[in-house]
Amino acid sequence: MICDKTRQALADLFPPTTEPEPGNEEKPSEGARSNGLVERDYRVHGYHLDAQLDPGQLLAAVTILDELAFFLESITGVDWPATEEMEVVYDFSRYDFDLCRVVLRTRVNRNTPDVPTITGIYAGANWHERETHDFFGIHFVGHPHLIPLLLPEDADFHPLRKDFQA
Amino acid sequence: MNSPIQLQPDETFILNVGPQHPATHGVLRVKMEMSGEYIVSAETVIGYIHRMHEKMGEIKTYPQFLMNLSRMDYLGALGYSHGHVLLVEKACAIEVPERAEYLRVVMVELNRIASHLFWFGAFVMDLGGFTPLMYALQDREHILDMLEAVTGSRLTYCYFRFGGLYNDVDDQFITAARTFIPRMRKSLKKYRRLVTDNVIFRKRLTGIAPLSPEMCRKYGASSAVARGSGINFDVRRNEPYSVYPEFDFDVPVFHAGDSLARYMVRMEEIEQSLRIVEQALDKLPDGPVMAAKKPKLIKAPPGDYYQAVETARGSFGIRLVSDGGKTPYRLKLRSPTYSNMHLFDEACQGMLIMDALAFMGSLDLVIPEIDR
Repeated sequence: MICDKTRQALADLFPPTTEPEPGNEEKPSEGARSNGLVERDYRVHGYHLDAQLDPGQLLAAVTILDELAFFLESITGVDWPATEEMEVVYDFSRYDFDLCRVVLRTRVNRNTPDVPTITGIYAGANWHERETHDFFGIHFVGHPHLIPLLLPEDADFHPLRKDFQA
Repeated sequence: MNSPIQLQPDETFILNVGPQHPATHGVLRVKMEMSGEYIVSAETVIGYIHRMHEKMGEIKTYPQFLMNLSRMDYLGALGYSHGHVLLVEKACAIEVPERAEYLRVVMVELNRIASHLFWFGAFVMDLGGFTPLMYALQDREHILDMLEAVTGSRLTYCYFRFGGLYNDVDDQFITAARTFIPRMRKSLKKYRRLVTDNVIFRKRLTGIAPLSPEMCRKYGASSAVARGSGINFDVRRNEPYSVYPEFDFDVPVFHAGDSLARYMVRMEEIEQSLRIVEQALDKLPDGPVMAAKKPKLIKAPPGDYYQAVETARGSFGIRLVSDGGKTPYRLKLRSPTYSNMHLFDEACQGMLIMDALAFMGSLDLVIPEIDR
């Protein structure tokens, strides 16, 4: 089962102390939660593995998924002004009948939202990262061409930030 | 006094294709660096009809957002609505009556055929053949008439509701659908003789823009773009949803990876969609088309939800982040052509410009769906 394999590969990223305790898994994913790997009920949530990591661990995790032949579904952001954080969410899936959907998420400070780019691993991340930069102002460090994609070329606003006023 | 511009042998020039160009099927612009007739590099510029559906998703309540989905892809709108209602039904644990789910599949598949027919006509027109478009539109008209009688609209449907359907179909629709199936099969034979077996057509497409499976994976390509490159991936099969497991249909896969393979996949898919419609009509259960038990106010429990569906253009994903409120906290729409179009820049390098335009046609682009 590819899901077990992926879980084991991703679990290496987390020191044993940050493994979620059984009691923590019941908590809804809303709001801040500590880094770690959680298995979700596919029938309810629509994905299997949910890993929250540090921005620094991102490239290692994406490399693992690349080696396991995952493809990139999408990259997006979520703004959490209450905790002064910005979340970047990566969806991965596979061209396979052994179904496994993986969500990687990382949280950064809302005032300095710097996340490393994954365009070096997935060329298709280019547009997704530009779009996320448009909508949230998340800065993908090392992105080759981080200019507005969907918004006008002179756009200096980020419409999906919760404090955006039209 | 005007002397013709003399280009140096290694000099390149910039060619703007679009944003208003018939070959781009909408407002899409490709900035191409040309060396004579050959493309050195290309940069796709999108966003000309960006409407920020995702922001609307955060402002509107769940039922208010239903009509937005059909305004993303105006050719295969029902597939997108299907993903949305399935997602919210999953999140809110709403049970859908079986008849409603069967009818959804019938409508989605008919819509898929209509979308593929329009693509077929427009694609052949890109290559210089005008007549097939007229035949394709004639067949598509039958589907639109059928859908209009049931859903009330011809393109921007708002037929699916959380928990079921807006209304039930009548006998007239069933009869029309049953007569349409043999008619379409006959047309497919005609298209085969008229277009698919045409030597000029084949020579324009064979070996053009071969995409490797690895490249498809790096860009997250789906639909005929992936299946034309030997990837056996169809969300209806790989991640079964709705009542698709009940039906016997094939997923056409071609291994050449060229534009002809993508064409063959879509033409074959029309026949497979006909098979699904046929079986769904045979098995259509009786009963209500709307869930009896449904919350008055739709509110998803806090958490993340994801739903993928196979639309006419590929794997459409919709991600919902809910905080338990009346509106979604965040609604992300993953459009399939966005990923399919993205690989154009890399794949068209070194290609002749007319081949690149044929390649672009084989991607089946709908620009409002890329720009959202």
